[in-house]
Amino acid sequence: MKRDPEGDRLGILGAGVMGTGIAAMALGCGVSVVLVDIAEAILADARASINRQLRHAQLMGAFPACRAVGTLSTTVSIAAVAGATAVIEAVTEDAAVKAKVLSALSSIVAAGTPLISNTSSIPIEELARSVERPEELIGAHFMNPTYLVKMTELIRGPQTGDATVQAVVSLLDGWERRAIVVRDAPGFVTSRLLHPMINDAARIVGAGTATVETVDKLMEGCLGHPTGPLRTADLIGLDNLADSLRVLSERTGNDAYWPCELLLTKVAAGNLGRKSGRGFYDYGEVLS
Amino acid sequence: MSNESTTEAAVSTGHLGAQAVTIEQEIQSFLADRTKITVPVDQDLFASGLVSSMFAMELVVHLERTYSIAVIGSDLKLDNFRTIERMTALVSRLQDFAAAPGA
Repeated sequence: MKRDPEGDRLGILGAGVMGTGIAAMALGCGVSVVLVDIAEAILADARASINRQLRHAQLMGAFPACRAVGTLSTTVSIAAVAGATAVIEAVTEDAAVKAKVLSALSSIVAAGTPLISNTSSIPIEELARSVERPEELIGAHFMNPTYLVKMTELIRGPQTGDATVQAVVSLLDGWERRAIVVRDAPGFVTSRLLHPMINDAARIVGAGTATVETVDKLMEGCLGHPTGPLRTADLIGLDNLADSLRVLSERTGNDAYWPCELLLTKVAAGNLGRKSGRGFYDYGEVLS
Repeated sequence: MSNESTTEAAVSTGHLGAQAVTIEQEIQSFLADRTKITVPVDQDLFASGLVSSMFAMELVVHLERTYSIAVIGSDLKLDNFRTIERMTALVSRLQDFAAAPGA
């Protein structure tokens, strides 16, 4: 029998693209959410973004009709996540930043509370060094938009306990997400495959072999990708993608994974994808 | 813009009032600008793969801003945005509602 998530209280650290997307997904499933970030201005933008994402989810019929939307609270106080059913960190894809946040969370939440890192590429074993109870840390690589993608890559670190895996699979099931559990490695499965491909797609454009549109059209029309690699990159966020590729390159020793020149140029110019209004494509305005 | 699709659009807007025709044409123009294809007003934009789930929300926001309407409640469903005809009907209805006395 599916677990009923109403009554759950989810803590989320980081109100960026992924933090707000995860919040929208949980709220739509009837879960109450406490969203934490470092500034009220960021949280005000996050509330607006979550409202837009909830509307998008409603448009697409993404939520169970029988559940009322959960309650959202936002705060700059990390202590507010004490007592949460589970806590997800979705801060910048930087190992030092994540380690600092996870360390703080670990001392706030009660034993038995799953700590979930929404990293796209940093090994869980590495992050586990920062927490008091490594058996309660697990990776959950949510996709964007979280409220539309029904599958989640769940990463079991070498120290992650069975009880934590079971608890988080059950939580995700209650949020209408299907979890696929993989072992720990840089980039796990999806980022290890997708991010280097996007990097090469950008190299192909940089070399003048084909345009952005042509690369995406070929991958869609010939290989059945629902969204081409470069439009997907815009959805991920090019800064996050560059961070993830650096993690992959540094931890595998493979120089080919280092973000290519075109990608780095776009990031340096502030062209970060949909969230800034322009990336490989021009969206005309900021879209979340 | 192909002659064929222009003709189809003209034929299928024959029963509409002038205001609705203008709305249809504007939506068709917006879609052509974004997708580089001029689509017939009765073509299913989602079934044909022309419009993605992400672009669907951009369409909603575009209509709200352009026509000063709010698409809320049970109106916020994909079926209302499936074709240019349906979007036109939705915009016309919401504009009429907003203009009605006491609305």
